[in-house]
Formats: sequence, structure tokens, C-alpha cells
Amino acid sequence: MPLLEVKNMSHDFGGLRAVSDYNLVIEPGQVRGLIGPNGAGKTTVFNLLTGVYRPTEGEILLEGKNIVGLQPYQIASMGLGRTFQELRLWRHMTVLEHVKMARYSKLGYGLIGAFLGTPKRHRKEADNESKAYALLEMLGILQLADQVVTNLPYGAQRRVEMARALAMEPKILFLDEPTAGMNPEELIQMMKIIREIKDRFGLAIFLIEHRLRMVMELCEVIQTLVFGKVIAEGNPEQIQKNPKVIDAYLGTETVE
Amino acid sequence: MIFFLQNLVNALQWGSFYALIALGYSMVYGILMLFNFAHGDIFMVGAYIGFGVATGLLALVSTGMITAPNWMILVLTILFSMILTSFVGMIVERVGYRPLRDAPRASAAITGLMIGIILETGNLILLGARRVSFPALIQTETYNLGGVYITNKKIMIVVVSLALMLALHQFVQRTKWGMAMRAMAYDYTVVPLMGVSINTIARLTFAIGSALAAAAGILFGVAYPVLDPYMGIVFGWKAFVAAILGGRGSVLGATLAGFLLGFIEIFVAMIFPSTLRDLIAYSIILLILVFRPHGFFGEPYSARLRL
Repeated sequence: MPLLEVKNMSHDFGGLRAVSDYNLVIEPGQVRGLIGPNGAGKTTVFNLLTGVYRPTEGEILLEGKNIVGLQPYQIASMGLGRTFQELRLWRHMTVLEHVKMARYSKLGYGLIGAFLGTPKRHRKEADNESKAYALLEMLGILQLADQVVTNLPYGAQRRVEMARALAMEPKILFLDEPTAGMNPEELIQMMKIIREIKDRFGLAIFLIEHRLRMVMELCEVIQTLVFGKVIAEGNPEQIQKNPKVIDAYLGTETVE
Repeated sequence: MIFFLQNLVNALQWGSFYALIALGYSMVYGILMLFNFAHGDIFMVGAYIGFGVATGLLALVSTGMITAPNWMILVLTILFSMILTSFVGMIVERVGYRPLRDAPRASAAITGLMIGIILETGNLILLGARRVSFPALIQTETYNLGGVYITNKKIMIVVVSLALMLALHQFVQRTKWGMAMRAMAYDYTVVPLMGVSINTIARLTFAIGSALAAAAGILFGVAYPVLDPYMGIVFGWKAFVAAILGGRGSVLGATLAGFLLGFIEIFVAMIFPSTLRDLIAYSIILLILVFRPHGFFGEPYSARLRL
């Protein structure tokens, strides 16, 4: 059974068909890419799959269960983690707090315990904290644990976002342009991190990227989305040679 | 000096009420980005619920069904009333605010005003247009500390208030719910993606704020045992001022600003005729806001969150 399966998903914004007849199969441990020009509907696909929007038509099966109509928080706790194209961090919380917060739904203690400060609460919170530290170490931001995120350089903030998504222990991780705005050095680091995550956690990754080089190096299967439609799907080599993709990216005008 | 200390004691008590109510305002404002103008009336409802619970418990004692000393009745009254009033707060959130999450903020603001009017008139209809007196659960004992008179009630009010504020601070800083609340204050859209339901946190925020207002209501009833349906209006406004003065969503800020309001009011009344109290006190606060428009602990950034 595939980890995530999307069947004939479409979505309308008003009268505009933003995503049309979209299909997707992601197997456990697979790294998939979604490329396409600006405004192609890539982020909309992410928003549909994570429950931010409800698709007009179609089915989304996470481990065989239809998740259409579920609330984003329910879908997230079923094992779907995500990062954002524009950073969406809680600016005045520390790095450690971000990761702890992401593990919220895994912390089983009650309200009364929370108010009274029972040993159970302290145990669970302490356990949560040590797991959070371990994750920060893996992502190379342990030394920043107590820093407030707004003070951090951009690349570090990106890692915090990644750490936060991973802390939920997702089965599949959606990365929306994780290298947006990064310099070449940070880009190489981020690619290393993504590979590491894949090997360490064995989770499936679904990646939106503008930088073709990165997608080609990381992904096993790539889809190309143009105006809400998938125009090509295949391995990196096939995609690179596909005339429709070349057309979409470089335009029809031939350069002398 | 003694005169000063005496007023300091009074100001501490007076500030406790403001601070407890301000915390509810501040939490809702900070976390959900809305002004719950019904909050002053929640304070009133809390006081009346406290009145009902205390009267009921006393009736049970007088029939001999239970035996309990008066202090225990007071503790139980505070506990039960906080729980019951938190349900009132949750209903207000569910009925009044949740359907308006995506509505313009002004609509949510007038919702608060309307719910406030409904609570006031509802109370009038339910209990009639008369004042009720809060049962005297503890006899006033006055201690003379080197010329400064302190009553057991004042000590109790300040200690209970501070204990509640400390508990809230612990809750916000140390627990997963507190963390979710703080996260929501910065960017609520990402919170569900961590597997956390926004509705749960919104409900919890209202519940805690209302419970604190109920505690304030009962403590107020202990100090000034006459309750009327409109008692929450001016108190609510002033506590709202304290919440804004403290800075958006800051527990510490709302607490300090609540006490500061108490101090300013009492000390202005100490120097000037008491009819001028609010005029002068709130002119001072206006002046403070001019220099600190974001309040004591508010962050100077424009509010961009919506819920």
C-alpha cells in the first residue's frame, strides 16, 4: 500500500481551476519532487494535501485512509509534516521551544496535572526536552537551543523549521522550497541535511523546488506542474529530456 | 510613612482585582487577537456564581447535611465558581466568537459588547433588579502592624491573587498548552500543522481567563459584599486598560499593570479629592501610553495575526 495516494484531485478558486486532475503516489521512504514555474499551483497542492484547503474533487489517501475533510491538525498528527516557503516561525520563542511545541500531541498528560505540576507532567516534559535536544544536535543547531529565532541567520532559521517538522515524527515530510533565498553554501548544507534526514529517519519526502539541480540530485521521481496540470512525470533523466518541461521552463523561443 | 504604607496595603488589594481581570483580557487579546469586551461581565457573572455557590453551601451546612468551617466553604466556593465560570467563558467563545473567526475584527469587538449586555440583562431578569449581598464567610480581623492596619481579608485577597497569577505563569511557561498559547500568539496558522487544534486552545484560553475573573469576582465579594448586575462594566474597562498597558499577551505585564492601576488610583485618591480620582489616574495612564504605546512588555510590531 502506498503511503500517500492522491486520486483525481481538483481545486477551484472561484471560477479558476487552480489544480486539475492531480494524481500522486508516494511510497514509504521515497523522495519525490514537484517542480514548475511560478504560479503553477505547487504550494496549492501542498495546502490541499495538508488540509488547509479542501479539494473540490478527488480523494487523498494517507495509508489507505481518506483524509479529505479532516482538519489540518488531525492530518498533521496522522504523520504529515511540513515546512513553508516563507519562514513561519514563532519569532520570539526559542529554538528549543519550537521543537518541544511540535511534539505537543505526543505529550500525554492532563490539564489538572498541568496546573498542579504533577510528577507525570515533569517527567513527560523532561523526556520531551531531551528528545528535542537530540534532534537539534542532529540538525547541527544544538548550540542555538536557547536563542530566540528572530535573532538567527536565515539558514539557521530554515534548519529550525526543518527540526520543528521532524519533531512531529512524520511519516512523510513536505518541504516547500527549503532552499529559497539561500546562498550556494547554505544550499549545499541543506541538501546534505535532507539526505541525512532521509537516511536517518527513513521517511518519505515530497519536495517543491525551484532549483532544478537540487531536485535532480535528490529526487527519485519528479512531477512537473504547469497551470495546475501535471505535464510530465518521471525520473530526473526523463524529466530533463522531456520537451514539454524544457518548453515550460525555457519558453518556446529558441536561442541562437 | 505610615499613611503611605496604609495606602500601599489598600492599593495591593485593589490592584489584585484589576490584575486578575486584566489577565483574562490580555490572554484572549494576545492569543486570539480579539478584545473580549464581555470579560468585565464575566467577572460579574463569576461574582454571582460565587454568591450562588456560597449561599448553597451555607444552606447545606445549616441543614446539617455537611459540616464545614467557613474558610473551607470559601475555598470550595472559589474552586467551584472558577470551574462553573470557565464554562460560561467557553460558551461565550463557542457561541459568540468562533463563528466570527474570519469576520472583521470590529464585528468580534461588538460581539463582546452585545454578550456583555446579554449577561447583564439576563442577570436582571433572573435575579430581579436588586442588589444581593455576598455572604460573610470570614469575620474581619484587623491587625495593627506598627500603625498600619491590615485585615485578614486583605491578606487573603492578595495571597490568593498572587498564587493564581503564579500558577498561570507556570502554566504558560512550563506546559504544552502554555507553549501552544504562546505559539498561537506569534503565528497561529502553523499551530495546527503541529497536530494542535486551534479550537481547543481558544476554548482553554477563554476558560482560564474566565476562571480568573470568577476568582476576582469572589474576592471582590469578600471585600465589598454588595453585588449588582452592572458591577463588571467599569471594572472591565479599567482592567482592559491594564491589559493594554501591560503589553499584548504578557502575563507579567498585565499583572504589573493591574497593580499599577490600583496604586495610581489609591494614591491619587490619597492626595486629591476622591471625585477627581479617575480623572487624574487615567490622565497619568494616558501619558504613560504616549511614551510606551506598546505597553510595558508589548513588542513594537504591528498586529498582523488574525483568528
